[in-house]
Amino acid sequence: MNLYTFASPAHFYTLAGRLIPWFAWGAGLFTLWGLYIGFFQAPTDFQQGEAYRIIFIHVPAAWMSMFIYLVMAFWGAIGLAFNTRLSFMMARALAPTGAMFTFIALWSGAFWGKPMWGAWWVWDARLTSELILLFLYVGIIALWAAIDDIRRGDRAGSLLTLIGAINVPIIYFSVKWWNTLHQGSSINLMKAPSMAKTMLLGMLVLAIAAWLYTIAVALVRVRRIILERERQSEWVKAILAKES
Amino acid sequence: MHRFLLAVLRRDLTLAARRRGDWLIAQFFFVMVASLFPLGVGPEPAMLARIGPGVLWVAATLASLLSLARLFSDDHHDGSLEHMVLSPEPTVLLVLGKSLAHWLIYGIPLLLVAPILGIQFNLSWEAIRVLEVSLLLGTPILSLLGGVGAALTLGLRGGGVLLTLLILPLYVPALIFGAGAVDGVMAGTGAEAQLSLLGAFLVLSLMIAPWIAAAALRVSLE
Amino acid sequence: MNWASWSDFWNMGGYGLYVWGSYGVTAAGVLIEVILLKRAAAETHRDLKRMQQWTASLQGEES
Repeated sequence: MNLYTFASPAHFYTLAGRLIPWFAWGAGLFTLWGLYIGFFQAPTDFQQGEAYRIIFIHVPAAWMSMFIYLVMAFWGAIGLAFNTRLSFMMARALAPTGAMFTFIALWSGAFWGKPMWGAWWVWDARLTSELILLFLYVGIIALWAAIDDIRRGDRAGSLLTLIGAINVPIIYFSVKWWNTLHQGSSINLMKAPSMAKTMLLGMLVLAIAAWLYTIAVALVRVRRIILERERQSEWVKAILAKES
Repeated sequence: MHRFLLAVLRRDLTLAARRRGDWLIAQFFFVMVASLFPLGVGPEPAMLARIGPGVLWVAATLASLLSLARLFSDDHHDGSLEHMVLSPEPTVLLVLGKSLAHWLIYGIPLLLVAPILGIQFNLSWEAIRVLEVSLLLGTPILSLLGGVGAALTLGLRGGGVLLTLLILPLYVPALIFGAGAVDGVMAGTGAEAQLSLLGAFLVLSLMIAPWIAAAALRVSLE
Repeated sequence: MNWASWSDFWNMGGYGLYVWGSYGVTAAGVLIEVILLKRAAAETHRDLKRMQQWTASLQGEES
């Protein structure tokens, strides 16, 4: 038993199957805990009233959208460098969840912006970069969907993720800089209200919940991808026979 | 090495010279997209001057995308691309040569057309001069990054639309710095900062994009 | 305790639409993803089993 044993799809399939319930239950418990902190322990903000409670999903979703992209780029780079099949599968399994969190971050940002700034959308640096991040996710998923050949699709998607990862900081910087030039048209984004400890705790707990959820969902997806790709192998046939 | 680059360049330029239609279509597309905006938003000169730099830059990115879909596909269809990739010459140089040829064929003419559109958009001479410099620095970025997209989508059904979807987000910094330079000179804050950043982005694209495009090309041809 | 009553809780100090609009879409997103995932997993299993039975029946005819 060494690391390579788990890098083989057959072993990983079983391992993932055993891990998924833990992550799923963990995600559920942390969500409940986080929501309890967010709604019952965190006090009303004196500036923003109750509307600030959106922060408990907005910030974790925005973190996840960026982290998942970086993790995808990491797995893609590993796959391209060491030619490991499993890392490409991980990258593919993460993309839809990353896109979903990006969408949630945008949506909750708009729902927070409306009562606070009086506008559903402002071309603020963070919102704009998040929107472009969503475009990148959509592009990568569309590229994967368009390429039938597994080997080519894996590598093409990873190359696109990588060039996107190089570009994301540049995009963020350029949008931020563009935003300062157009102060007149943008509404000054208020600083996050002085972070109370309970608020930070609630955000962290929900961020952990989002991580656990992402891992669980990605593992389910990886298992499916493994089954589809290895359907000719004996171990998949054995598994299917056992299940029926 | 340089001879291979020059050979790729000369080959693409000769092919383009034989097919002048494609070349003209891209330029007319640029003119048409830009001309639609005054019809859509109204003819007030002050407003046109305000939106002009952005509109011309967006039109330029779209025009370059239009031609990028065929960057590799013609050579792919007649099989010559595979020979060139399999040849002992580095694929990076092939990609670089093709991107450069694309810029010479489609980017440089945009520079010739842009001042006329600038006049239509009521831009001052100073603004048009900066627009030219920003396009001179920015259009090679479009060709270089577009090369990555063209290599990734080579031979796919619906490749052209997909290419647009993949590459447009990557163009954002070029668009912001390019149009921002013209905005800056019109607002009186100067354009040097934006143009330097655009230049830095060009250098970065030049260092990274050909390698990724070469890898993508090898992946697509496997 | 922040809330005096249920209606107080749902009202969110007048920001109910915004707070619940955000949380609702998040919940919907997660729910849809989980449902789609379950469905896709079931589909894959069914397809693979069908394929397996098909190859098995072919081998049966051969022997």
